Amino acid sequence: MIIIKKTELARAMARAQDTYILSGPVETFHGHTFRHLEPGQTPDLSYQHTLVSPKAVVFPPSDPLLTFSGNDWTGPDLAGLPPQAAVGIRPYDAKALHLLKYNFDTPEYKDPFFLSRFENLTLVGLAENQPDPANFSTSCGTGPFDETGLDMLLVDLGDALAGKILTDKGEAFARAAGLVPIPAEKKTAVASTIAELKTRAEKSMTSPREFGSLDPVSTLDLYEQADWEALAFGCINCNTCTFVCPTCWCFDIQDEARGQKGVRLKLWDSCMSALYSAHASGHNPRQQGWQRFRNRFMHKLKYFADKYGAGPMCVGCGRCIRLCPAGIDIRTIHQALSRLEAVT
Amino acid sequence: MNNPYEPYPVTIKEIKTETADRSLKTFTFAFIHQADEAAFSYRSGQFAMLSVPRVGEIPIGIASASSEKGIVKFTVFKTGKVTTFLHNMKQGDVMGIRGPMGNGFPLEQMTKKNLLIIGGGFAFTTLRSTIITLMQPDVRDQYGTIDVVYGARNPGMLLYQDELDQWCRQPGINMHITVDETDDPDWPHHTGFVPAVAGECAPESTGNSVAIVCGPPVMIKFTRPVLADLGYGDENILMSLENRMKCGIGMCGRCNIGQELVCRDGPVFTLAYLNKTPGEF
Ligand SMILES: Cc1cc2nc3c(=O)[nH]c(=O)nc-3n(C[C@H](O)[C@H](O)[C@H](O)COP(=O)(O)OP(=O)(O)OC[C@H]3O[C@@H](n4cnc5c(N)ncnc54)[C@H](O)[C@@H]3O)c2cc1C
Ligand code: SF4
Ligand code: SF4
Ligand code: FES
Repeated sequence: MIIIKKTELARAMARAQDTYILSGPVETFHGHTFRHLEPGQTPDLSYQHTLVSPKAVVFPPSDPLLTFSGNDWTGPDLAGLPPQAAVGIRPYDAKALHLLKYNFDTPEYKDPFFLSRFENLTLVGLAENQPDPANFSTSCGTGPFDETGLDMLLVDLGDALAGKILTDKGEAFARAAGLVPIPAEKKTAVASTIAELKTRAEKSMTSPREFGSLDPVSTLDLYEQADWEALAFGCINCNTCTFVCPTCWCFDIQDEARGQKGVRLKLWDSCMSALYSAHASGHNPRQQGWQRFRNRFMHKLKYFADKYGAGPMCVGCGRCIRLCPAGIDIRTIHQALSRLEAVT
Repeated sequence: MNNPYEPYPVTIKEIKTETADRSLKTFTFAFIHQADEAAFSYRSGQFAMLSVPRVGEIPIGIASASSEKGIVKFTVFKTGKVTTFLHNMKQGDVMGIRGPMGNGFPLEQMTKKNLLIIGGGFAFTTLRSTIITLMQPDVRDQYGTIDVVYGARNPGMLLYQDELDQWCRQPGINMHITVDETDDPDWPHHTGFVPAVAGECAPESTGNSVAIVCGPPVMIKFTRPVLADLGYGDENILMSLENRMKCGIGMCGRCNIGQELVCRDGPVFTLAYLNKTPGEF
């Protein structure tokens, strides 16, 4: 356990930057965003949530896979990446990175672009003392103080931050930032303050619903029997929910070139768009907007859960709920599908 | 960690225009590095990503058979950005291929069985690979009868015409070629759509028969009831699907049918298996 006075945070971060490339929440014109921190820049730990999730730390929106010079190509050198630390990441967003790993780290294929960053990353979390109203992470197997996906958890104590070191990576980060453990006799008091804050935060959350398993009902029943056209009513397939979501990973691959020079990019993409699944013949198995809507929610709530046994592909961050122009709420969809579970 | 997005360099050894309208060309590639050729060991029914530097990458079924040493062949329909660029490339040009990908046809699980192969349009490309593999003398003996129903829009659209003529004369394989329409009064083969011709010519299932179907979704749709009438059970019907793909290795999420990814878990599935998944193909 460590304690940092808020007035000393900037100095600790500057020290950490000697070893780590840091990313963290910063305030922008559009609200907070999670991004790379320039030397001397301090993460703004007073934030509530970021508009877009921090998945870009391991899965950038645009990632060069190859660079071309004429007909020759080379991949980037991923071996020598300096260590990175995401400071002030919310526990649910850290869990989301672990869920993404299921997709990018498979027995058959490994995605070196995701994995080299993920393995190199230290996750310094920030507990959420007052969860915002759209946050329902406790229903998704995580929560405002969840430690499971983190290397260190920071808790806001007012004028100071307490830091719980959870892994060797967390310990190395504390050392690099010059943070020294507090004496043993002080530990118990800090631990009980953290426990109290945790209980209060979790109690304040309004979505106690177990947002988990649709196991008992078959995929085909969910797919065919739920009234998807009605559920998708209002969805304009704007793609917003997929781009802001920390657990969405779909990507496109495109070449960009100028003359003989070019680059092949891996780019965030969205299963909500018609172009996404259109065949070159013109046939499209998900031609209608509601069919694509169905695919997204089935993927989140059923396909992923069944495939990996790791719960839904959702951490309850609430971003899609907050930002959907049609007011679509994944909790309502889950509830509708669960009702089907009750009748079949 | 090796990079599964990095293609092997190949040179274009030969380009052959297949069809009268010049919309389909077969490209024969040779690997630039021998080690890459060994690493690219494939079976029929698999596909690869053809990679044109600075233009893009597309999934294409492998048309050659692994018994054709030193080369890999792909037959490409000109339809958009990458395929058009590829159609304008020349012998000797360098490009890339990434793969092989997908599961392919489990031919070794079908020994001693009678095989019915049904293909339409340019989906016939991977079936060429299968036929060449099966017609190897040491392989042919391991199977019962082999029937092929192959259809194209008109005679000029048939792929691999020299080979088709040769297979028609060859014992050990029963070819049933058809075209949707022709004004050639001497046309020696069938006229009519693939499902109808399959209904007329294909042997009934002996209970020990497997059907392999590869074609556009509409052909697959109308072939299903015909095969049921011929007595092929859904577990003995293999289908090769062509959902839209980008990564080919199960990561971009694009080609899913339910929780299955066509690029990695397929493209070959039994119909019995597909019946249990959302029908998104
Ligand atoms: C497993 C597999 C095997 C295949 N095997 C073969 C084969 O052996 N031979 C072969 O010729 N083809 C094969 N294909 C199809 C081939 O991959 C496509 O024809 C090719 O990707 C088209 O690439 P392009 O860049 O030329 O076309 P694009 O420029 O991408 O598109 C061409 C046309 O496709 C449609 N289209 C493409 N993208 C979109 C979109 N985003 N929205 C709406 N429409 C769109 C449009 O009609 C467009 O005009 C296979 C596909 C798969 C998945
Ligand atoms: S944000 Fe809402 S309207 Fe937009 S695609 Fe998602 S569900 Fe549909
Ligand atoms: S589905 Fe919505 S609530 Fe769930 S993780 Fe994604 S953005 Fe957050
Ligand atoms: S093509 Fe990317 S997941 Fe299948």
